[in-house]
Amino acid sequence: MNAPLTSPLAGGFADPARDAAHAFRAVLDAMARPGRIHAVSGGAAPGLSAAAATVLLTLTDATTALHLAGALDNDALRRWIAFHTGAPLAAAADAGFALGRWPDLQPVTRFRIGEPAFPDRSATLIVEVERLEPDGPRLTGPGIRDTARLSLPETAAFRANRALFPLGFDIILTCGDRLAALPRSTIVEDC
Amino acid sequence: MSQTEATARRRDWMSLLARAPAARLAALAPDLPTHELLRAPEIGAVMLEGRIGGTGSRFNLGEMTVTRCSVRLGDAVGHACVQGRDRDHARRAAVLDALLQGEQAGRIEARVIAPLRAEAQARRGARAEKAAATRVEFFTMMRGEDQ
Repeated sequence: MNAPLTSPLAGGFADPARDAAHAFRAVLDAMARPGRIHAVSGGAAPGLSAAAATVLLTLTDATTALHLAGALDNDALRRWIAFHTGAPLAAAADAGFALGRWPDLQPVTRFRIGEPAFPDRSATLIVEVERLEPDGPRLTGPGIRDTARLSLPETAAFRANRALFPLGFDIILTCGDRLAALPRSTIVEDC
Repeated sequence: MSQTEATARRRDWMSLLARAPAARLAALAPDLPTHELLRAPEIGAVMLEGRIGGTGSRFNLGEMTVTRCSVRLGDAVGHACVQGRDRDHARRAAVLDALLQGEQAGRIEARVIAPLRAEAQARRGARAEKAAATRVEFFTMMRGEDQ
């Protein structure tokens, strides 16, 4: 899953402008088309999937507070983030981005969901999952022609999040070198 | 050597490497050992801050173009942030910073850092002399107000 790092600080983009543009396009398209799985590459961080490392390199910088949940809140990753992105680490309630495995991110109600006047002041959760396949719960809503399916870790939390719309958090699921997104607008149903 | 002493020493050589003329640095250290780029040389800007009167409150003096680079050499990680847009300069300074943390520190210190320090001091001295030669001392002679 992880390419071996030659050094704790290795794993940045080889060509930052180009690699970040490609990864940004992939994240943008994943958010616009919930359930669609994209492959990304370029980043590698200690203990993270390539996709999660690439998302961090692309979306975080010194102005985006990041929360590390559970086992990912370790020294090696903190150093890597400080060197490559400079993102300040923050508590869950203050974070613009949160990174962790789904069980470690619980309860997800502690993350920012924005304010009625500024729904964009919400958190984006980057969730490391064991498997990411187009099966499981049914997704409908903006950006999905009929229905899509995505192997989500659960459904209740996403239904509750959808009920908050236009507030709520957005999710990026990462696994290996692939990612998919679940914006707050998507309706999730068990089936 | 204590931690602060080591930091001060490293700060000193990093500063010398960053301020040295790029061509002079290339002449002193023409061959670089194989290294891994952690952060390829990249050009950006930093905001320079000054203090009013040297000690007062802070103000933004202006932006300066800098090039930064980080490399790995064995276990040592070298960083550099140099003025201007010279990628080779940044890379060479970063590699030398890594070398100075390793076993070859003594050799590099003698071959590169010592000459650079001497030249920097000579430059500063020449500038101070030139300025001192044109200094005008103002002093007030009796103005006749007290009478």
